[in-house]
This record gives sequence, structure tokens and C-alpha cells, in this order.
Amino acid sequence: MTVPTLNQGGGGGGGFVVELEKFSGPLDLLLHLIKEDEVDITDLPIAKIADQFLSVIQDLGLNQAADYLEMAARLLRIKAQMLLPRRLGDDEWEDPRAELVRRLLEYQQIRELVDWLGRAADVKAERFGRGYEAPPPDAPPAPLQIDLNDLLAAAERVIALIPEPMLHRVVPRPLDVEGATARITALLAEREEFGWLEVVGKQATIVDVLSAFIALLELAKRSAVTLSQPEPFGPMVIKRATPHEAA
Amino acid sequence: MQPLTKLLEAALFAASRPLTLEELGSLDSTVAEEAVLSALTELRATYGEEHGVELVEIAEGWQFLTRREYAETIERAQFALRPRRLSPAALETLAIIAYRQPVGRLEVDEIRGVDSGAVMDKLVERGLIEVVTRGEGLGRPLLYGTTPPFLEILGLKDLEDLPRLEELSVALRRPTPVEEEE
Repeated sequence: MTVPTLNQGGGGGGGFVVELEKFSGPLDLLLHLIKEDEVDITDLPIAKIADQFLSVIQDLGLNQAADYLEMAARLLRIKAQMLLPRRLGDDEWEDPRAELVRRLLEYQQIRELVDWLGRAADVKAERFGRGYEAPPPDAPPAPLQIDLNDLLAAAERVIALIPEPMLHRVVPRPLDVEGATARITALLAEREEFGWLEVVGKQATIVDVLSAFIALLELAKRSAVTLSQPEPFGPMVIKRATPHEAA
Repeated sequence: MQPLTKLLEAALFAASRPLTLEELGSLDSTVAEEAVLSALTELRATYGEEHGVELVEIAEGWQFLTRREYAETIERAQFALRPRRLSPAALETLAIIAYRQPVGRLEVDEIRGVDSGAVMDKLVERGLIEVVTRGEGLGRPLLYGTTPPFLEILGLKDLEDLPRLEELSVALRRPTPVEEEE
């Protein structure tokens, strides 16, 4: 199977993918350790197994896998519980390993079934059925039932759906920046300083405002004027730039 | 060969998947199921040893399959490609679902000790498992079961063909309670 290679070339974390493929989960890894140590699964030497488990996931760089970390935590908890002193003859004592052992046995059984299923699938894979794939049966087209009125109504519906032809009206650029520039230059020639309202007048349209504003910005860029606004939202003050400032 | 046998032979030849007894019976409404069954048995005997294909009971139905010994030749000639192997994770998940069905995702996760959502989605996509019902618990979880294609890829007649749990060397049993030992 092609497995997307996470982490490859990521440096450092190499081996993660390979090992994840080798073990299908923390239980698989645990079973592997138990088998290697040849210990009794029902009387699990938990301290030893927990240490091995931890060192393996360290070595494998598996600590990115939450499932393995969860199992590691579980092992450590069981290990701690085993260390707690208990009174002799305490009937209430429940082996902290019991749940894990039950799961391991269950998982071991699943692994055995996996082997069986894998073999069965391999055997079946060597026997081919007919490769012919019947196309899905085509339903015969229903006979047409239509009269002239239906057709006309349909045509009307379609016509109603046709959108109005889109016309794009090209308007000449309405801004008159040159005019505004000329007006401001004229004002500048008369006075050293004046207000915004004197440029646009009281009844200014939006086009006038925009034209004047762009003209002012342009003049300011050319250092012909300096613009200032003494207070927020207050009227703008336009001042003739001194030659010294223009430099 | 009897006419019914020939009819079944034709139907099975034309099909690309196992046909159930019911489907085969529907080809001729005048015959009883026993007659279909005995015709199938006759057909299987006809294909007994003398043919490159044989009639196999599989996935709750019947299908003509090539004999195993020709697998390599057929594959080499690229008439047909061996199906891809299932991953161990997929097989684990299938095993759990096959024996515990109907079963929810949480239980599968717990038994495997890893998140199985992606694997299960893939198995659903491949048609090997399907949602069969909803559970009673919180949020009414989806419960999954195996499908006929599951039996088909394993070459099983039905779920009874799976090994019985007690036949496995590791019989699932509760660990002996410690109290009894002491």
C-alpha cells in the first residue's frame, strides 16, 4: 500500500513513518515487546514493559503520535499503582493491570484473525471472476407527451429567462482635476493661505470635491502647497509652500 | 445438461459478481429453489476438474472463478490484476467489525487502541463495511457491519465461514481475578 510519507526529509524525525507502518498501534507495539521478552501476558511485569515502551517510542521518534503517548501515560499510571502498598488479605484490591491485560488479550485475538483474513484474501486474490462490468441498465426514454400550448408556455419561460443584453455605458471621465488645479493656483497667486471651502464652494458636488481633493494632493506632492488640518474633522487649510519648504 | 442448468450457466457467465440463490431463482419463476440449488450443484460438478474455471459459493452467492493455479499466468498476461492487499490496519478494523457487528467507531477505536476513523471511512468507500443501524447510546452513534463485497474479497461463503473465536489459539477470556489466586 502506498502510504503518504509524512515527515520525509523533515530531518530528525525520520523513521516515524516506517515505524508507524510496522506497528499498527500502541497495543501492537506492547504485544511485540511482550513477545520479545517472553513474559506472561496475564502477569505483566509492568515496570519493565513500561520502561521499554517509553524507550522505544523515544527511539522511534513516535512522540508525535497521541495514541502512543496515551498508552505511555496509562502504563506509568499502572506502574505507580502497583507500587502503592496494600494490606495483606485486602479483598478489595483490584489488579491495576487487569484492564490492560484484557485489552491485550483481546487485541492478540484480533491479530490472529487479521492473519487469517489476510491469508483468505491472498487466496481469493488468485481467483479471478469475470471482469465484465455490466453498464447500469438504461431506462427506456419515456414517450413524449406534449401539446402546442405546453411548447409555447415553455418557450415563454425560456424567453423570460434570457437576460437583458448587458450594455456597458462608457462615460467620459467626469473629474476635472485640471480645472480644480487652475482654480487653486489662481487662489494661491492671490493669497498665501486659504480654506478648503474657498476651493470647492458651498454647493460642491461630489465630483467637484473629488476633483479639488485630487488636485490638492497633486499640488502637495509637487510641493506647491502644504496641507494641514488643525483639528479632527475641521476644515483643511491650504498654504502656499515657501521656496525653502519646496526644496 | 438440463435447460435450467444451462440457463444458470449463462447467467453466471454474464455476471461480474456473485449471484445469490434468490437472483438466480428469479430467472425462471416456475422452478423451486431446491431445483435451482440442485442445478447449481450439477453445474459445479460439470466444471469439476475439466475446466479452467470453477463454480464457487462465495459472498452468499455463486460465481465462476478462475482456478488458482492460473493466477500467475493470467496476471503476467495482464488480463486481470490481482486486487491490492488490504493494510494491517484495515484488516484489524474489518476483523473487529466482522465479529462485533453492529459496532460503533468508539468500540473499534478502543479495541485497536488507535483512532480508526480514517480507516473506517476508506472501508465504507470501498464498500466493505456499511452503516447498518444507530446505537442507543449518547448521540445515537452509527453502527457498522460488513457487506457482501467483504465476503467476496475474502472468498467466504458467509459470515459462518469465519473462524470461530474458540478455535483461535488466543481465546478471549477475562483475566483470572487476582482474588481467586490468593
